[in-house]
Amino acid sequence: MAEKTPKPEELGRIDYHPPKRSWMDPAVEFRHGTFNYAAVPERAEYLGLPNVRKWQPTDADWKLPENWKEIILNGLKERLERYRSLKIFMDICVRCGACADKCHFFIGSGDPKNMPVLRAELLRSVYRNDFTLAGKIMGKMAGARELTKEVVKEWFYYFYQCTECRRCSVFCPYGIDTAEITMMVRELLNLIGCGIDWITTPAANCFRTGNHLGIQPHGFKDSIEFAVDELEELTGIRVDAPINEKGKNVLFVIPSADYFGTPHYYTLLGYLALFHEIGLSYTFSAYASEGGNFGLFHSAEMMKRLNNKIYAEARRLKVKWIIGGECGHMWRVLHQYMDTMNGPADFLEQPVSPVTGTRFENARSTKMVHICEFTADLIKHGKLKLDPSRNNHWNVTFHDSCNPSRAMGLLEEPRYILKNVCNNFCEMPENTIREQTFCCGSGSGLGTDENLEMRLRGGLPRANAVKFVKEKHGVNLLTCICAIDKATLPPLLEYWVPGVEVAGVHELVGNALIMKGEKKRDVDLRGTPLSTGEDR
Amino acid sequence: MNAFISFLAVGGLIAMVLIGAGTLQLKSLFGVIIPYAAIAAFLAGVVYRVIGWAKSPVPFNIATTCGQQNSLPWIKSNKLDNPSSTLGVIGRMALEVLLFRSLFRNTKAELRTGPRLTYTANKWLWLGGLVFHWSFLIVFLRHYRYFAEPVPGFVRLLQNIDGFFQIGVPIIYITNITILAALSFLFLRRLFSAQLRYFSLFADYFPLLLIGSIAATGVLMRYFFKTDIVAVKELAMGLVSFNPVVPDGLGILFYVHLFLVCVLVAYFPYGKLMHMGGVLLSPTRNLPNNSRSRRHINPWDYPVKVHTYEEWEEEFADKIKAAGLPMEKDK
Repeated sequence: MAEKTPKPEELGRIDYHPPKRSWMDPAVEFRHGTFNYAAVPERAEYLGLPNVRKWQPTDADWKLPENWKEIILNGLKERLERYRSLKIFMDICVRCGACADKCHFFIGSGDPKNMPVLRAELLRSVYRNDFTLAGKIMGKMAGARELTKEVVKEWFYYFYQCTECRRCSVFCPYGIDTAEITMMVRELLNLIGCGIDWITTPAANCFRTGNHLGIQPHGFKDSIEFAVDELEELTGIRVDAPINEKGKNVLFVIPSADYFGTPHYYTLLGYLALFHEIGLSYTFSAYASEGGNFGLFHSAEMMKRLNNKIYAEARRLKVKWIIGGECGHMWRVLHQYMDTMNGPADFLEQPVSPVTGTRFENARSTKMVHICEFTADLIKHGKLKLDPSRNNHWNVTFHDSCNPSRAMGLLEEPRYILKNVCNNFCEMPENTIREQTFCCGSGSGLGTDENLEMRLRGGLPRANAVKFVKEKHGVNLLTCICAIDKATLPPLLEYWVPGVEVAGVHELVGNALIMKGEKKRDVDLRGTPLSTGEDR
Repeated sequence: MNAFISFLAVGGLIAMVLIGAGTLQLKSLFGVIIPYAAIAAFLAGVVYRVIGWAKSPVPFNIATTCGQQNSLPWIKSNKLDNPSSTLGVIGRMALEVLLFRSLFRNTKAELRTGPRLTYTANKWLWLGGLVFHWSFLIVFLRHYRYFAEPVPGFVRLLQNIDGFFQIGVPIIYITNITILAALSFLFLRRLFSAQLRYFSLFADYFPLLLIGSIAATGVLMRYFFKTDIVAVKELAMGLVSFNPVVPDGLGILFYVHLFLVCVLVAYFPYGKLMHMGGVLLSPTRNLPNNSRSRRHINPWDYPVKVHTYEEWEEEFADKIKAAGLPMEKDK
């Protein structure tokens, strides 16, 4: 795969001219590097998904069920009746084109079907054909087209080429959210067994073991223990990291990559150091060992199935409230879906910081607080001793992850933390941050190796903004609060803008945090020697 | 192609009036029956569409947040772009509907060599859209003078403001110029941008041409081919009082104007023009971002198959025990 990936110069030449062929003729070429492999049968089977079989998108025959068309049209009808969002978004688009160049996949590929408007039209055309009077009478003239197997293939290609980042929705005069449309089409595709492996397998793992990576309880414990040992080595302090312990104040839920991936791992060290230092009464859970939720990328039902464990575990462990770690799509689920799906959390108490006494009014119903909200509050009240010069070897910028920015609005909290834990911070250009932030290009289950070319294309706008601040301000560290970012930005930056590392916000907190009784800190959480201060 | 068909369609409609109201003199058909039918189609269509939308629930709070959330008291939240209260939502919707807030954000992405991407503010679409919609609204409201006797004060006020510059006889309304200019811009940008042209449908060109033709015939009647305003008002008053009369002296231009308006009114609920109503119901804009402080209820929520803690503990019992983690079953 790697040798087939084009060079940056080649990939950076993008043709934005639409082809001659009408968009209404479905035509998809499954070229390696630009699509994701189909779900592995065993995993789909485990989750009880329909039409389990061995197949790949490159096959001529996708072995769809006999009545595939009926299934999809019934599924669409059902969703139109259940989601006002879908109905409205099918009906009111005026195709003004404001969204067209807002999509990172369009910017990076030039493929007109990656314009959000046209991506949505791929579904809308079928909707018009079968659900509207105008479409039934006027057909193609009204922008209607028949649902065929070719259309299904096209849906598969383009709706697994949308990362549900919602950037287009910010610019749409009617707030049409392509993420919502993509979620609906993926549900429809899943009804006939056309899911991708990188969503199905993590979801199956998560259902079984509690986390996407399939780490079993003893493995979870080992990972956390290992981090505790490592932290001791770095700081001279042995912290306590309780797992599945009842009667603590707080349940702490993190994405599984935090205890299994790099550079996520350093963020975990940061959490552990922080919680120890403030003496927080908390517990991890080996059952709720994942806050992330690939069910979000599969269907509302799967999202609910995987999310269930968080409140269930909070109830079982008799905690008072919950803190969630750094993860983007995890927070989309926690913020916008969890309470509705698996609440009410009336068995928990309204979150109150035991250190500052701050009542988190904004979380009074879900009882779940973002770690950045929690830490920003600690810093504001002067409860942490920080030495920002310990991050002097980093020139830091911050990448807003899609979901915390556009499905939450968590913009200032991480910035406030960063400005207190490091001395060198600068922003990327304003059209590429906050609510206008660009996706890493690998979200919503598309971060696979086989999809690398499309990920590099989709990540171009983000990488390009990083390059700008690297050249202008010497930035060498891109911070973020998303586990998918931490996994996929390093190869992206390596490709487009080598020399910039990726880190979580709480890694820098852990670096700067002065812990009582710590040994002289001469390395950061990565084991890299700290600069003496004159370096910069 | 779609643009060409739209031209033909509007041309065909005009031909229908020329033959129907002109050659065949079917004046009560074009002056009374079609207007009533159009209004009926409009009302039925709007009710059908709005009820259709309203019937589908909003299962989740999926607000798109475009600014800082309301969290800690010392962090200033963006109350309009990320509202957490109903008042904020009203403000957000008002900005959206009255000033096209989201469109105002529009940027143009450009790829330069390097590759280097740049994003520059691009307000033309916002300006064109805003000018068109506001002009249309004012023109629409000015027409109220044909439907009420005496003419209400707000209509006189609008006329005075719209004719502020007092140029020409009769005085030129600013909105007559701006609506035609804005429509031309909106039509031409669709035609000349390769990307827009690629996805533009018949349904995108047709309303622009239709409204453009309505505006053009209106302008012709006001400034060039004088129309008997008394007769127009007689017809209008007759229609609204359900006592229709077809006065003499109404020129063919007026019938063209009226017929195209009827087509627009009847077509309105069945196509994208319903964005006018739909924007108010858009769940990404009309919900407050308060999903953690107030539980949103999904009316069709149903139980799902989950993997309970007990099942999990049973499956991994040996490993949990070996790892020394606490267990429920031991007790």
